[in-house]
Amino acid sequence: MGLAARTFANALVLGVHGRLDQDNCDAFRADLMTHVERSAHQGGVVILDLSGLEYVSSAGLRCFMLASRQAKAQHGRIFVAALQPMVTEIFEISHFNMVFQVFPTVREALAASSLEAAAAFDQA
Amino acid sequence: MPMRIRFWGTRGSIPVALTSYDIRDKLARALVEASGRSFASYEDAHAFASTELDFSVTHTFGGHTPCVELDLGGEEYFVCDMGSGARPFGVHVLARQARRPATVNVFMSHVHWDHIMGFPFFGPAYVPGTRIRIHSCHDVCEQAFRLQQAAPCFPVDFAQLAATIEFVKLEPDVAHDISGLTVTPHLQLHSGDSYGFRFQKDGKTVVYSTDSEHKLENRAEAESFAAFFRDADVVIFDAMYALADAISVKADWGHSSNIVGVELCQMARARHLVLFHHEPANDDATLEGLLKEARRFEELTRSGEPLRVSAAWDGLEIEP
Repeated sequence: MGLAARTFANALVLGVHGRLDQDNCDAFRADLMTHVERSAHQGGVVILDLSGLEYVSSAGLRCFMLASRQAKAQHGRIFVAALQPMVTEIFEISHFNMVFQVFPTVREALAASSLEAAAAFDQA
Repeated sequence: MPMRIRFWGTRGSIPVALTSYDIRDKLARALVEASGRSFASYEDAHAFASTELDFSVTHTFGGHTPCVELDLGGEEYFVCDMGSGARPFGVHVLARQARRPATVNVFMSHVHWDHIMGFPFFGPAYVPGTRIRIHSCHDVCEQAFRLQQAAPCFPVDFAQLAATIEFVKLEPDVAHDISGLTVTPHLQLHSGDSYGFRFQKDGKTVVYSTDSEHKLENRAEAESFAAFFRDADVVIFDAMYALADAISVKADWGHSSNIVGVELCQMARARHLVLFHHEPANDDATLEGLLKEARRFEELTRSGEPLRVSAAWDGLEIEP
């Protein structure tokens, strides 16, 4: 599961696709942590664009949790955006919607990051 | 007679009780639900309460710490853990025995306080002729039982108990025949170690797996538990927390979640998941919410036969 990365000002948008479960979460976590470390180190925000994520298991959710912890330790932030209905429900059922800031769209998550990030997205 | 599971204590960590505030709240919620209706009799009102109100309005999950009986229909008793639910379980044994001494087989998941605290109040322990065999994989089991009744913590020393009490050490991952019941213990992740038990009798399988944390990054561990739960008719599972809590602020506290319970039971093709070891801070409405969430997660992730999902409550009886 590759992460498609796009940068808008201080925000890094990572597109997550397919199914995230115990079969692929190790590689995903390693990839995600590399991005988070780099972005948070620069004081930025990571936005997980989950519009392409079809399913996430508890093992996958744990990857998000570890990334969030890493970002906070470096004074960075992680937002999640554009969840499909099933993933939205899984976030609610697992109470991850109480741990993460969830936005309906990537644009709204960028606007919560900075005006520059939202402007960069609009111009792209 | 088919095997029957009786839940005498289902709460984790420490006993809790409904408060006056809780009862008023349930009454008020029931009255709101009944607004505009009239009931000609007590029976009509009872039928309304039984069929139209949420469980959390008409019941309570209860407050005793772990004690779960497997009733095999024979002369001997089989029970998991001696939490505070052991007190009402003891009352049940004494009533059923009608002065005849009982033989009670106890299976200890571990010896943390919430799992042994009921034993000093277990009535049959005070009856001469009673035989109590306490099975455990822990070397410290007898020490823990004796310690909690030593002065100055309790007025009756363990040595003063009238029953004949025997401590039996079990080997993990070995099937033991105990009075016709096949019992296989399995090591679990918990402070000081805990053990789950897989019980098999007459083609039925019940797994008791409490005080067990599951590290989601470890696939081998998940597969090991899926094998331990494999094709079980009932899995009694430590679902103390919501997943987000279990893997964040309460990581390494030695407990699991409703969501991981569903996932492991689906991997194992188990038939019935029973959420157990409820967090003492959770009220009845919160516990009912966690049950509904687990049921919905099961629906969302179902790929084969449906997995039945329940939440244990003090007084619940089920047949595997």
